[in-house]
Amino acid sequence: MSGVIKVFKLLLLPLIAATIVAGFLWLPPAQNFLNPGLARIVVFHVPCSIVATIASIVATWHAIRYLRKRSLIDDFKAQASFTFALLLWVLTTVTGAIFARVQWGAYWSWDIKQSAILILLMIFAAYFALRAAIDDERKRATLGSVYILFALIAVPYLTLALPNSTPDTLHPKGTLTTSDGLIFQYKITLWAGVLGLTGVYAWTAQLAGAVARLEFARRRQTGAAHSQAAQVTIVEKVL
Amino acid sequence: MMKPSVGVRKSSGSGLRHTLHAAGLIFKKELRVEFRTRYALGSVSLFSLTTVVAVSGALSSQTLHSDVKAALLWVVLLFAAMSGLARVFVREVEAGTSDALKLYAPAASVYAGKLLFNLALVAAVELITVPLYLIVLPPQVIHPGLLISVLALGGLGLSSAATFVASLIAQAKSGKSALFFTVAFPVLMPLLLVAVKSTVGAFDSVPTHQSEAVSGMAVLACYSVVTTTAALLLFEYVWRD
Repeated sequence: MSGVIKVFKLLLLPLIAATIVAGFLWLPPAQNFLNPGLARIVVFHVPCSIVATIASIVATWHAIRYLRKRSLIDDFKAQASFTFALLLWVLTTVTGAIFARVQWGAYWSWDIKQSAILILLMIFAAYFALRAAIDDERKRATLGSVYILFALIAVPYLTLALPNSTPDTLHPKGTLTTSDGLIFQYKITLWAGVLGLTGVYAWTAQLAGAVARLEFARRRQTGAAHSQAAQVTIVEKVL
Repeated sequence: MMKPSVGVRKSSGSGLRHTLHAAGLIFKKELRVEFRTRYALGSVSLFSLTTVVAVSGALSSQTLHSDVKAALLWVVLLFAAMSGLARVFVREVEAGTSDALKLYAPAASVYAGKLLFNLALVAAVELITVPLYLIVLPPQVIHPGLLISVLALGGLGLSSAATFVASLIAQAKSGKSALFFTVAFPVLMPLLLVAVKSTVGAFDSVPTHQSEAVSGMAVLACYSVVTTTAALLLFEYVWRD
């Protein structure tokens, strides 16, 4: 199993390099767009949004797990995945805005998916702002997880249901799932991009998990010193 | 003032009655504390007065469309209400009384009681702001039924989400009021967008705006139900930690 993973990690670099080269050089101009030549950015835009969704779901799962099990390692993993997801959401927004400028005439036109991603970006940013304002590690983990769950429960129809249900959008429909959508070369480049980015995400998540385990092992080793320090802070609090 | 409760009783009729009773007591306590200083009411009413005056003074020479008027009204309402809504939880933490409250009342009652108080506060903000706003910036027409229901449903969603976020930011070390805006805003933005769209229908007689206002009201009602349910489910974790 670990051998397979090692081979996949070695293949990641050529895979991602190949999708970038294919995106710029191999793909023919996409039909049905205002500027077919510049529509090739979709093979970078769509994988970013798909893998950002995957990372967000995994992160939310870790946040729920933290609230159930109260193990700080879950919160550490949730935070790592949210960071990666935020980076990819930003890339999705930027590539989407460039695409919108060329094809729809303006960087920002309050299309339903643009509004949704803006709110999503603000929720993620608020998650990190809230965490930064709380000193106590466990409290930070609990409140961060609770906030992200509340926000993701409270605005799902805007981030998930509405963008995919309304016909009133500039975003094309069925480009990936139907035969009327993008041509074969686009689909294969796009899904190769999804595979490559998911690999990078899984790798960073694995590294973050390893870092977390090392950190908590170190804490256990210096546990004696820590509990002494904890007693001092308790005494300080009481005084 | 309150009877001590032993643990949280759930899933029985008396448990629910106990929760509601405790929520009522907390609501009364919030009112009493508020009327000692009138801090929240004073700050929000002054805030809405100054913003309405500023808006009308700055725009007195302009003729505004109904959508601009609707948007300005909600911006004033949102910011005025937000200046007072965090108080319910920040006060408990600053006065060091939250531990006592944790012993006395179940978590759901604490959220419900404070939500009731914030609802009253938002209603007061709306009662002060909206008539004044309609006098200084009168729209072409007013559909009172539509306007009142949008204000009621929007106020319900606003207080429900803001009360929950207030319980989170009350635990922060410093900069609570700035953090309250940052953290509450993404959750409130969908509400704001829909409320503005519905208010446009209450300010003119365009048939498509009217139908949009009615469907917007359904979204506002859903938003209130979802945020209140989510808050009640998650508040236990915030409060017991």
